[in-house]
Amino acid sequence: MLALVTSPSGLEQLWFALIGVLWVGYFFLEGFDFGVGILMPVVSHDDLDRRVVVNTIGPVWDGNEVWLITAGGATFAAFPLWYATVFSGFYLALFVVLAALIFRGMAFELRHRRDDDQWRRWWDRALFWGSALPALLWGVAFADFVHGVPIVANGAWTGTFFDLVKPYALLGGLATLSLFTLHGATYLGLKADGGVRERAREVARWLAPVTTVVVTAFLGWTYLSAHAWHHTGLVPPLLPILGVGALAAVGWLVHDRLEGWAFIATAFVIVAFFTTLLLNLYPNVLVSSVRSTYDVTIAASASHPYTLTVMSWVALVFTPLVLLYQGWTYWVFKKRVSRPEHVAARSSEV
Amino acid sequence: MSALIGSISTLSLARWQFGVTTVFHFLFVPLTIGLGLLVAILQTASYRTGDESWERVTRFFGKLFLVNFAIGVVTGIVQEFQFGMDWSRYSVFVGNIFGAPLAIEGLLAFFMESTFLGVWIFGRGRVSPRVHLLAIWLASLGTILSAAFIVAANAWMQHPVGYVIDPATHQAVMNNFWAVMTNSTFVLEYGHVLFAAFLTGSTFLLGVSAWHLRQGHDTAAFAKAARVAIVVVLVSAVGTIFLGDSQGKQMETQQPMKMAAAEALYNTTNGASFSLLTIGDLSGNPIFQVRVPHILSVLATNTWSGKVDGIHQLQAQATKKYGKGSYVPVIWVLYWTFRIMVGLGVLLLALGAIGLWLMRKRRLERSTWFLRFAAWMILAPFLANSAGWIFTEIGRQPWVVYGLLKTSNAVSLIAPGYVATSLIGFTAIYTLLAVVEIGLMVRLAKVPTEPIPADDRVPELVY
Ligand code: HDD
Ligand code: HEM
Ligand code: HEM
Repeated sequence: MLALVTSPSGLEQLWFALIGVLWVGYFFLEGFDFGVGILMPVVSHDDLDRRVVVNTIGPVWDGNEVWLITAGGATFAAFPLWYATVFSGFYLALFVVLAALIFRGMAFELRHRRDDDQWRRWWDRALFWGSALPALLWGVAFADFVHGVPIVANGAWTGTFFDLVKPYALLGGLATLSLFTLHGATYLGLKADGGVRERAREVARWLAPVTTVVVTAFLGWTYLSAHAWHHTGLVPPLLPILGVGALAAVGWLVHDRLEGWAFIATAFVIVAFFTTLLLNLYPNVLVSSVRSTYDVTIAASASHPYTLTVMSWVALVFTPLVLLYQGWTYWVFKKRVSRPEHVAARSSEV
Repeated sequence: MSALIGSISTLSLARWQFGVTTVFHFLFVPLTIGLGLLVAILQTASYRTGDESWERVTRFFGKLFLVNFAIGVVTGIVQEFQFGMDWSRYSVFVGNIFGAPLAIEGLLAFFMESTFLGVWIFGRGRVSPRVHLLAIWLASLGTILSAAFIVAANAWMQHPVGYVIDPATHQAVMNNFWAVMTNSTFVLEYGHVLFAAFLTGSTFLLGVSAWHLRQGHDTAAFAKAARVAIVVVLVSAVGTIFLGDSQGKQMETQQPMKMAAAEALYNTTNGASFSLLTIGDLSGNPIFQVRVPHILSVLATNTWSGKVDGIHQLQAQATKKYGKGSYVPVIWVLYWTFRIMVGLGVLLLALGAIGLWLMRKRRLERSTWFLRFAAWMILAPFLANSAGWIFTEIGRQPWVVYGLLKTSNAVSLIAPGYVATSLIGFTAIYTLLAVVEIGLMVRLAKVPTEPIPADDRVPELVY
């Protein structure tokens, strides 16, 4: 072994963990936004239903997306080499994700601005594809991180786009696609009312076992092969096992109409899923599929202690504040969204 | 050899891609910042007076604000990632410093504006009117804060401070965050950009109101909006011009080449004249030009006969300091963008001043030529903003970080095909979005205000 293995300092470990938290938080929150977008055509019978679906995430989707923006910014600041290598290397995939997020974001604000079926149909397509493509591609990307990417010294990229779409990575993409869709279904079960809620429940009942199979296969593959791919990663068995267990329970929880628990379960699966992958990376931020001496480690890619210290203080002061007011908005909009007929009926009863 | 050709074209593609993406983003950003503040002001007036005409214009412009906001958001996400995609060597070099404001912007500003905007859009009837008002103010504050951090990052590239170069890694390493956030370049640039954004929002408010006044739509409401707008146009035009002038003086000491190129001033001159207009080439042999004596010296140095450095002398100095190469940016771009910006600034000042005069004379609603002029002036700030950024960024060339990193050493080492794909892809997407977006804005801007429903109950479906 030629590599000078420098182990990361406490500050660097902290920032690896914080960036992990940002990504996990992003997938937990935007995961259900994606799922809701994917399910919209399935759970709606007419335009009013579709509006109900969009309104369940209307007030919060942009705040959820800022988790991604902050994760990107924090990676840039704390691990410049990681940021630079990943985003230039995953160029085309990231381009597709960005294009998808552009159309999805426009769809929220624009679909209701014109009373025109054609106009709405186009934005509905944008919402569906804009949700489905990132849900798939984020999984592919995270699987690639774990499996290793074709980099040589200093994170220089040697591969092509096709190095990123190996079977393992595609299975990772299917895992996140199904997992986010299921998460969206449990979210709709919690936030929508009427027909949408019932149909989301139906979807969750058959999607839960499918997702369980896919995610178990992916995590199993990860677990069995991680040591063969690279020797350093942490591979704690308990976390993925708990995740798969929770996932297996989702079907029952939905069946028993324990909607809150079903949502908590899918949320937990997402946390367990991505935490497993990130722990697998440690103490690297990128694994080289060429040779392990080219791995980009946390220590090698981290910013200097001064920058990390400044950012730690800022994060310490402002993160609680952000969590507080973001949490508050979920509380303000805690009511289920229902079709307007209900409003009329209810207010005439009073 | 082929690697060299490859890297050259990756560079020019990456520059085009960055320019297109950022200028497109910044078409919408200033309107978001400016209109956000103005909608907050209108809603405050409505809250204070309980007058329904204030409420009608609040909702009218609120709708336009939201449609515009959406496109600012989706184009901003591209900004965040394109540094890593196209400028990876830049990202590694500056990450320690440039990344910090970007991350802080997300945490402090973007969370705030997106969250409270959600509360504002969906909160009517669910939160109290006071909290609803607070929500738009916090969203507006968020946009103003976000501009601070991104401009601080940009100002650092214009004038790096608070750093050392790590001898081992050759990266710029921050050693004084306070210096980065109080950079003299930042203070002026932020003020100028912020006033320019308020100018953009208020000119828009004025122009749209003027159009409706001419049509005779809801004159009670639009006359009120127009009055607010005129005051803000005037104040922010004065602010923009004052700070822009200070920037010019600072530029003479920090980036003298930019000033010399903007004036196509080839040789160092005492008591330099200001060129208003040039026909022919800018290589020093014009066919026709209009010059105002001494004014360039006054602009750049505040003295009648101050010395302004010329391009030839500055190029010689730069070669001595940094080695061989050209340190002269594209002169005609700088010359004309600067004149477009300054000319429109003066025109906008006139708009505000005439508007105020008509307002005092109580002739605003009847002055059809002014109302027509105001409607056309909506375009001016958009042009001036783009011209301003193009001027600032191209004037810094060949540097991406002034004096530290050349643009040619900043670009990612990737095949040009990748960058070409994203350049063509984003340009196509932006063109499509621009057509849809501007079409919708014009449509919504022409629909008269809606009456406030009598029982203003919680709208179940907002989207
Ligand atoms: C419209 C507004 C605008 C804004 C907000 C910025 N810039 Fe800029 N930038 C340009 C407008 C521009 C430009 C005028 O569009 C340039 C000049 C030439 C080009 O292709 O794009 C450019 C070029 C440019 C380039 C490529 C080199 C070049 O060809 O000039 C880089 C790496 C940056 N800039 C970096 C930044 C960063 C990191 C910014 C954020 C803080 C930033 N610029 C803000
Ligand atoms: C080139 C550097 C830039 C980057 C990396 C960048 C990044 C971003 C991002 C990620 C968003 C989306 C935020 C969201 O989803 O809520 C955004 C939007 C916005 N940006 Fe930029 N931006 C750049 C240039 C600028 C400049 C120079 C300004 C101000 C002077 C600015 C101010 C804003 C504002 C006010 C918005 C409006 C929409 C919103 O914030 O959501 N940006 N920007
Ligand atoms: C007479 C009026 C004006 C003067 C003297 C002026 C001066 C300047 C100068 C010197 C710069 C470059 C600063 C640098 O590169 O360091 C600049 C940049 C800029 N200007 Fe202006 N300007 C004027 C009017 C306007 C107007 C009306 C707008 C828009 C509504 C505008 C928008 C901008 C923007 C967006 C930038 C780029 C950001 C920056 O560097 O501050 N300017 N201006």
